Amino acid sequence: MITREDVEELAGLARLRLGAAEAERLRGELQSILAYVEKLQALDTTGVEPMTHAVPLDCPLREDAAAPSLSADEALAAAPARVDDFFVVPRIIEK
Amino acid sequence: MSLHYLPAARQAELVRRREVSARELAEAHLGRIAALDGDLGTYLHVDADGARARANEIDRAVARRDDVGSLGGVPVALKDIFVTRAVPTTAGSRILDGWRPPYDATVVARLRQAGAVILGKLNMDEFAMGSSNENSAFRPCKNPWDRARVPGGSSGGSAASVAAGLAAASLGTDTGGSVRQPASLSGVVGVKPTYGRVSRYGVIAFASSLDQVGPLGRTVEDAALLLEVIAGHDPLDATSIPAIVPRYRDDVARGADGLGGLVVGLPREYFVPGMDAEVERAVRAAVAGLETLGARVREIALPHTEYAVACYYLVATAEASSNLARYDGVRYGLRRGDAGALADMYAETRGAGFGAEVKRRIMLGTYVLRSGYYDAYYRKAQQVRTLIKRDFERAFAEVDVVATPVSPTPAFRLGEKTGDPLAMYLADIFTISAPLAGLPAMSVPCGFTAAGLPIGLQLIGRTLDEPTLFRVAGAYEAANEWTTRRPCP
Repeated sequence: MITREDVEELAGLARLRLGAAEAERLRGELQSILAYVEKLQALDTTGVEPMTHAVPLDCPLREDAAAPSLSADEALAAAPARVDDFFVVPRIIEK
Repeated sequence: MSLHYLPAARQAELVRRREVSARELAEAHLGRIAALDGDLGTYLHVDADGARARANEIDRAVARRDDVGSLGGVPVALKDIFVTRAVPTTAGSRILDGWRPPYDATVVARLRQAGAVILGKLNMDEFAMGSSNENSAFRPCKNPWDRARVPGGSSGGSAASVAAGLAAASLGTDTGGSVRQPASLSGVVGVKPTYGRVSRYGVIAFASSLDQVGPLGRTVEDAALLLEVIAGHDPLDATSIPAIVPRYRDDVARGADGLGGLVVGLPREYFVPGMDAEVERAVRAAVAGLETLGARVREIALPHTEYAVACYYLVATAEASSNLARYDGVRYGLRRGDAGALADMYAETRGAGFGAEVKRRIMLGTYVLRSGYYDAYYRKAQQVRTLIKRDFERAFAEVDVVATPVSPTPAFRLGEKTGDPLAMYLADIFTISAPLAGLPAMSVPCGFTAAGLPIGLQLIGRTLDEPTLFRVAGAYEAANEWTTRRPCP
């Protein structure tokens, strides 16, 4: 059972502002999707290794060599707010 | 001569021989886009200036007798999920509206290197989440065979543009069927390569353990040609496989020798009540056609198929909720709620920037990964994924390729399924297992309904065995005429 409080908590964790009607609709949809995926619980997976990747991967290491990268101007070109070479966000520390 | 329906391989040949210029090809396609795309909606951004400039460069190189590459002068288009330097890239989402990326995805760089002329960016379901292209934040995309119907998704624009001759070929991405299903519904060839076969550097991420780039073309050879260009190891993608890239076009040609010695598996779980009768008839007739070409057909079992949709929607949403955390209004894209605290800015930006389906999946993924639920959902789904992969390992001990339908129905009507997300998810049943197991798969046109809607045959192969898929598809295509029909003149 997914409650209104569950939806609010999830939206908080996911950093999503939801309207009241939107939250109520999502509650019902999550409820029915979660009811459907419950069918996995019927499978006995004792001792089955979880699959984290589709192909075996050894973590390759590259040479630790300097290489060109984006300039500060290129990296900041799409910033919604910028001052000098910084991204600007709302104040998070009070004086 | 009308140029827009020539195969991409043929267009490249004409440019090399100086019988047609790259500029003529670009103009033919741009003219067609201007005439038809206002209604079809396959493009989100047409880069006419960029395409003309690049075509002129190719023509100068041809005049100098330089090697212009295997796609020299061929007009191609990209799902708007591929990052393109200075060209708008949205992933079909308002949250990226207006963004011009500072770099090219590796596959885009490889296409350019091979001489391709990039026409623009194609319509798609927002962040590749959807099966109908109806989740595009910008405009609907219509099926060129019946404009009241969906082209499929999420790479709907990639399939519909190629079907209607608005691009010679295109790239899409496939996470749970997003190349194969629109290819099937729009009547083109679409390939989802082995996980790791193609670099994902610069491909906007949806579900990282599943996402793979794939080509779409009107012929099997065109799909093979594009895959030869984009496949291969990339040091910028740690998940890309360092294996040599075969000449897939040779495998397509090899199909002409028939399919002697090949064993085709027909999974009984993929032929179930409720499937559209015309789809079932066409797919069974196609399998009989493979037998006529010399293959042996054997019934196989993939017993965990019924758990694939549930498994997929847990794995994919969990990974999506994590991948989409980066859209926070700080570095690029939309920003809202600047006056409030930082957390309010995040929530306002994401609340305004994401559409309904994306929010639904972020919420589900957040639920799945929530502290205390991880073992019951995400880990459980990963274990079921292992069981699905083992099903295929057992099958491929006996058969060389698995043949199935792509979609249980032909293209459905716009608006028909938008009210029921779960019903839309369940229709992905036949395409979801291959990416869960990391296997290569493709959709090849195998007939039409009485109403004229295309039907696709799915071929699933062993890890890195794209050559067998191309051989089978090449043989089947040569013995039939399905890939020669066109939706509009």
